[in-house]
Amino acid sequence: MARIVIGQYYPAPSVIHRLDARVKLVGTMFFIVTLFIAGTWAGYGVAALALAGVIYLSKVPPMFMFRGLRAMLFILIFTASLNLFLTPGEVVLVEFFFIRVTLEGVSHAGQIALRLIILIVGSTVMTLTTTPIQLTDAIETLLNPFKKLRIPVHEIAMMMTIALRFIPTLMEEVDKIMKAQMARGADFDTGGLIKRAKSLIPLLIPLFVSAFRRADELAQAMDARCYRGDVNRTKMKIMRFAPRDFLASGILIIYGAILIFIGRMG
Amino acid sequence: MTAKIEIENLSHIYDEKTPFARVALDDINFSIQTGEFLGVIGHTGSGKSTFIQHLNGLLKPTSGRILLDGHDIHSDKSLLKSVRQRIGLVFQYPEHQLFESTIYGDVAFGPTNMDLSADEVDARVKDALQLVGLSEDVYEKSPFELSGGQKRRAAIAGVLAMKPEVLILDEPTAGLDPVGKDAILNQIAEMHKVVGNTIILVSHNMEDVSRLADRIVVMAKSKIILSGIPTEVFSQPERLTAVGLAAPPIATLMDLLRKKGLNLPSGIFTIETAADALEGIIG
Ligand SMILES: Nc1ncnc2c1ncn2[C@@H]1O[C@H](COP(=O)(O)OP(=O)(O)OP(=O)(O)O)[C@@H](O)[C@H]1O
Ligand SMILES: [Mg+2]
Repeated sequence: MARIVIGQYYPAPSVIHRLDARVKLVGTMFFIVTLFIAGTWAGYGVAALALAGVIYLSKVPPMFMFRGLRAMLFILIFTASLNLFLTPGEVVLVEFFFIRVTLEGVSHAGQIALRLIILIVGSTVMTLTTTPIQLTDAIETLLNPFKKLRIPVHEIAMMMTIALRFIPTLMEEVDKIMKAQMARGADFDTGGLIKRAKSLIPLLIPLFVSAFRRADELAQAMDARCYRGDVNRTKMKIMRFAPRDFLASGILIIYGAILIFIGRMG
Repeated sequence: MTAKIEIENLSHIYDEKTPFARVALDDINFSIQTGEFLGVIGHTGSGKSTFIQHLNGLLKPTSGRILLDGHDIHSDKSLLKSVRQRIGLVFQYPEHQLFESTIYGDVAFGPTNMDLSADEVDARVKDALQLVGLSEDVYEKSPFELSGGQKRRAAIAGVLAMKPEVLILDEPTAGLDPVGKDAILNQIAEMHKVVGNTIILVSHNMEDVSRLADRIVVMAKSKIILSGIPTEVFSQPERLTAVGLAAPPIATLMDLLRKKGLNLPSGIFTIETAADALEGIIG
């Protein structure tokens, strides 16, 4: 089975990979917000250009960036066509029965589609260049203030880390069990709905059994190493801002300012 | 003897065209004879499991062909189902794949998928469980009630019940205690004698393989580096040690004694046969 899940980490020696995960996380959110401010063709153009620049710097083959789009294709087409047919406007391009396509509609649908594409690719860039562990670490640090409200931030982050860590393991397990049952004549991909659901039993039962076994073993291993949650815990990798992180934050702010400026103009 | 399975220029690359790409098999050419007991040996990660998963079409070659009785197994998609019935594969730690609520039900899974009559399924399940040495009182037990060794046997029976022409076992004794290990190996040897099917046994352990196999294949770094009858393979200890393997200690000892001038026959790999041979000389 392919080790690469859509949007999963792609190792490469790039400056984007080396950026502090917090900068990337906040930066991505910031980028998404600016997309909603942009609102004009010029605005989307600047955003697309900026994104292209980041993709270039990340040294990840663009093919991987656009893989995430395939899963979203339906939503993309659906949203765009809704806008295409339902936007009222002055200049009517096509009129046929109850269908009315206006110039405004075309422009609007195009913008919406572009915005969605930039949004999806933009978030894919972050997950492709940041390991899940770095990401949860960043989330934990960013959410630290909420510890005062007695929200178990550390525990939540730890759970996320463990869950992410075991996704590839479970996928390997699925692959192995599926093959073993296929060797005994199991058939996972033909037949009607009920037959297919039934054919999953020989896969799911061993999978659950092994997931519980693993969970148990992990808990014991953590216990044996005196894991006590957040109490007096220090970090091996302390996240520190490097000059490049300040630089990246600066560039982001300038980018935001440009977009707001364009938005005002338009 | 005729060739049962022929492997031509087989290569396999996992996750091709990604940064995780990894060559697991590199241009393998080999044939497996009808009715032989073949041992496959190699260090961890040498590609043994990848190799055997190609033989019943679970993995598709990146390049190359697998011929079963002269027919390319990937020439036609509908062929694969019958290929998997004819070539039974027992995975590493097969007990992790048990899923039915009873041992009997689990062993019946394979033959039931073959559209056999209920009587035939019943007969096969009972035969298979008997072959692996499980008695009637475990039939209705849940897999969770059995010991590790018993579960392993039940899982092996699950493949045997399909009566494959070729039986492939991937490390069938991994993680078992010496007694359980010997019991399973003896049963496999016994079955080979009775049924006469082709058997491929994958293992880390030279001693196990040399005791049972007619022929041995040594894999290292995605390639087959040596093959032949055990005596031939063990007569090249330098090539074995170069890839982190060693001839069984008894074979090495016999070699040393021969060099000292003792007149010992070749093909001695086990303590029992060695003791007999030495007794004959000293006796
Ligand atoms: N599903 C997979 N995806 C990617 N790489 C794999 C996969 N399975 C095995 N590999 C890699 O292919 C190589 C050969 O693995 P394989 O499992 O065939 O070795 P092996 O000889 O059976 O080892 P072992 O004795 O540990 O079972 C290893 O380097 C392994 O990391
Ligand atoms: Mg293996």
